[in-house]
Amino acid sequence: MSNIPENLKYAESHEWVHDEGDGTVTVGISDHAQELLGDLVFVELPETGAQLKAGDESAVVESVKAASDVYSPVDGEVIETNELLADSPEVINEAPYDNWIFKLKLSNPVQLDELLDAAAYASLVKAEED
Amino acid sequence: MEQKTILNQTHRDMGARMTPFGGWDMPIHYGSQIEEHHAVRRDAGMFDVCHMTAVDVRGPEAKDFLRHLLANDVGKLKAPGKALYSCMLKENGGVIDDLIVYFMHKDWFRMVVNAATTEKDIAWMERQARGKEVQIQPRRDLGMIAIQGPNARAKTLPLLPEALREAAENLKPFSAADHGDWFVGRTGYTGEDGFEILLPAGQVVALWNALALAGVRPCGLGARDTLRLEAGMNLYGADMDEDCSPLESGLAWTVALGDLNRDFIGRSALVTQKAGGRLPRFTGVLLAGKGVLRNRQKLYDGEREVGEITSGGFSPTLERAIGLARIDADASDRISVDMRGRKLPLVLVKPPFVRNGKPCL
Repeated sequence: MSNIPENLKYAESHEWVHDEGDGTVTVGISDHAQELLGDLVFVELPETGAQLKAGDESAVVESVKAASDVYSPVDGEVIETNELLADSPEVINEAPYDNWIFKLKLSNPVQLDELLDAAAYASLVKAEED
Repeated sequence: MEQKTILNQTHRDMGARMTPFGGWDMPIHYGSQIEEHHAVRRDAGMFDVCHMTAVDVRGPEAKDFLRHLLANDVGKLKAPGKALYSCMLKENGGVIDDLIVYFMHKDWFRMVVNAATTEKDIAWMERQARGKEVQIQPRRDLGMIAIQGPNARAKTLPLLPEALREAAENLKPFSAADHGDWFVGRTGYTGEDGFEILLPAGQVVALWNALALAGVRPCGLGARDTLRLEAGMNLYGADMDEDCSPLESGLAWTVALGDLNRDFIGRSALVTQKAGGRLPRFTGVLLAGKGVLRNRQKLYDGEREVGEITSGGFSPTLERAIGLARIDADASDRISVDMRGRKLPLVLVKPPFVRNGKPCL
């Protein structure tokens, strides 16, 4: 069973969102997502300053197995990307909740309420695993 | 519903992530595909290849039958135990399957064919065998484990039946020894030294567990694919299939045209194709920058589409993207790949990329 921290919100497309409480969020991919992908070998980061809508393709994670889009869970502007991933994409496999992909300045904060909480995400993962 | 090999529960017990492959439920990895890959390059790894099928061809006409059936010439196999890689072709030169054939003993050859193609292969062979003194016997009673890596043979030898040990220890590359229903070939699909062992299905789990105890790492199909790609070995269904000939797939070296009296299936089509010229180039490719090459990505010479990646992936040894590609004969060397709408430059190289643990580039 994959690790699903209580303090995060989740998108159905397997991104996690941490609300920083100052109008910004940090985004990464869930433990379940990294496990499905297998060893990551490349991450394509979004441009800082890019304006994203919820559901937009924002980054690409490539594993030995496949390339997979990372979707923006909410509307916002990319204010920072995790440059560590350029040389060490495998840190996402090792610690998916410590190794974020990008940070957004929210343009529509109420969207956070539409994301899944840990319990709802856990049942989604369970349904996929069955 | 996928078929299961006799090791299916063992894989699950060892924490494998399973995936459908060629009609079979197979392990893709047991945690980390990259670490499994490195284990084979640096030490020893093992693969469940029970989904592949050994097919015995026996009878007084077995040799003549195979000289007609296969594009390579089993006439090259002078001593029992010698192995040969070959394609089996349709009349039009398309590849039905690629396989290894071993000369066992007088009037007896053994082929090992791919899992997904087994049924069509056997149907094709039986059709070609009609009216000949030859029996086609799929050996579904046997299982198969491949043990590969620089330490693979040393770790395997003590676990072989005593009657087979000395012969196995003295095997030259690309040859095999057998005793009863045990069969050991010094062959593989990784670019490393090692064995492929056929044995009675009922003894497979015990051998697998003994190998694991001896420090041989279980490896999934994921590592098997990156290892064979680094070794520059073709994969049936990706690099060649019924729609292209060996001459278009980097496999001209496996087609024996020398003996003009040997009329094998597909020969006249290949001779015509060769005479026509303008055969596509089949080459290794490296991605100059970051990213991963994938099967079926399109290739361009300037704005013109000129081919595709037939097998692409990430090379754990070279830590960059590598692939095999089929490119139109008249394309230049300035080839780019379309990766999600961007054209990235490729470097064309001659495979293999890695052999015996060492980069070749």
